[in-house]
Amino acid sequence: MLKVENLICGYDKKVILSDVSFHVDKGEFVGIIGPNGSGKTTLLRALSRVIEPSGGTISLHGKDMRQIHPKLLARSVSVVSQNISPENFTVEEFVSLGRLPYYGAFQFFGTKKDCQAVHAAMELTGVEALGERFLEKMSGGEKQLVLIARALAQEPELILLDEPTAHLDIAHQVNIMDLIRKLNRDFGLTVVMVLHDLNLAGEYCHRLVLVNNGSIHKIGQPGEILNYRDIEEVYGTRVVVAENPVSGKPYVVPVPGECREEGQAQGHKKGGRN
Amino acid sequence: MDRKINRLVLVLSVLAAMLFCAAVFSLCVGSAGIPLKRVFQLFFEGRGSTEYNIIFDIRFPRILLGFAVGGALALAGVILQGVFRNPLVEPYTLGVSGGAALGASLNIVFKLYRSSVLTLPLFGFIGAFSIIIVLYLLNMRKGTIKLQGLLLNGVMISFISSSLIMLIMSLSRAEDMHGIIFWIMGSLDEPNWFIIKFTVAVSIALLAVSYLFCLDLNAFSLGEEEAMHLGVRTEKSKRMLFVAASLLTGLSVAVAGMIGFVGLVVPHFVRMFTGGDHRVLIPASFLSGGIFLIFCDTLARVAIAPMELPVGVITGILGGSFFVYALAKRRNL
Repeated sequence: MLKVENLICGYDKKVILSDVSFHVDKGEFVGIIGPNGSGKTTLLRALSRVIEPSGGTISLHGKDMRQIHPKLLARSVSVVSQNISPENFTVEEFVSLGRLPYYGAFQFFGTKKDCQAVHAAMELTGVEALGERFLEKMSGGEKQLVLIARALAQEPELILLDEPTAHLDIAHQVNIMDLIRKLNRDFGLTVVMVLHDLNLAGEYCHRLVLVNNGSIHKIGQPGEILNYRDIEEVYGTRVVVAENPVSGKPYVVPVPGECREEGQAQGHKKGGRN
Repeated sequence: MDRKINRLVLVLSVLAAMLFCAAVFSLCVGSAGIPLKRVFQLFFEGRGSTEYNIIFDIRFPRILLGFAVGGALALAGVILQGVFRNPLVEPYTLGVSGGAALGASLNIVFKLYRSSVLTLPLFGFIGAFSIIIVLYLLNMRKGTIKLQGLLLNGVMISFISSSLIMLIMSLSRAEDMHGIIFWIMGSLDEPNWFIIKFTVAVSIALLAVSYLFCLDLNAFSLGEEEAMHLGVRTEKSKRMLFVAASLLTGLSVAVAGMIGFVGLVVPHFVRMFTGGDHRVLIPASFLSGGIFLIFCDTLARVAIAPMELPVGVITGILGGSFFVYALAKRRNL
């Protein structure tokens, strides 16, 4: 459904992404991983049409995104970004903003259908009890759920998320990822997500896009991407890839500097390195 | 049905009642105190008495103008705060009023108002709009806005425009100078009925236009990128909102001079009661701005009666202290 062809993208004259091509099928759960500054977030911003690509095309259902009216696009693609903290909004008011793309030209208030969509989104994400609370007074985990609720109120077919688990504790990380997996499985929502945590990415995503220096290093299933060769090459640090004993998915363990020297002295005896 | 509608109706009814009370209060008090009962009697008696003249030729036009100018300034404040995502900006602190005053004083010096009084608001608009564009280019280019930079730029632009106004004053003749001083101090004393009617009509029309963008402003409060994600055409909305804010400021300054801080104090208090939803905030701020300025003007009339203070002095003292307080309370600039 989403197709990126030869995308070139940057700010001012600095090129951040060069010649990026990949596609996302309907119902897929795709993770974008890569080191800091590799262009992951720029890629997501290009996908959400915040920045104009200087070359190449991004198309949705075969139609060039630039040709789609912003309002119509917002009805099928919603974005959960990082670090937004609006003041003076209650949770319900904030989630209701997700209905803006559905409002007519001279419509100022939500219809019954809008209210239903807002409440459905809040119920799905488990924040319906927080409706009257103010967003700036909530914890990071709750806030993230509210951001996702607003994106769901847009009733999208594709949701783009920028590091939804950043700064959350392990329980909230799993909670968020489980929620997104549920949306993906039960409602057929297509998910594209930028992630820092390679293990969460390997655990939950169907396919991974490994970005390095503004271009795609490799695309494939977690098992094909998360191996020590590719990770070490892209990230430039030693890792050991093991298997998660519960799910059988690949699991990346960083190797601290001290252990690295020891390991070298022992002549790479470690067996876990696939 | 959206529960917001009930909220809006409730808030607006309360404010309309308060506006009525403020207007009646302002009609009664003054250097010649007229009791409430007498005011109502005069309604039916019609022309003839001195009291009638005081109420309908002196006090009523000021109330009307106070309503329109106060509403316009508060609305301009709400718009600028929404677009710049900063609760401390308003036409006065950003130097937009200064730009409008500069435009108006140029008009006075070159005697352009003689061809038509409407050139005054036009020059006010041009001055205000140029300042907004300069501020926007200075602060928004990198995509994010820094509060300190914005306010500092605003203060500096105010300085530059007031220095330019002084330059114009020092070069102009005595009678022009008097007119310009009037602009700087700010007053609701406007003898021309046509100007009053024009101001009321235009500010209400601009209220209606701004209301069309209330949802865009709600989206803006999440940040421009988020607004884009919600399908808002940010560039187009911003352009329209800047034009609206400039027209509102230019008109107010051209008619009533530099009346500061209305756009800061009023939206701040209204927000405490209504929250950040511009669907309620916009009309509520407009009405409250009207109430606030009518109140301040009454105060200006009676404070040292029979003499009169310029209303800009009252709003300046009230609003300036409030600005310092609000700035001190904000921990993160």
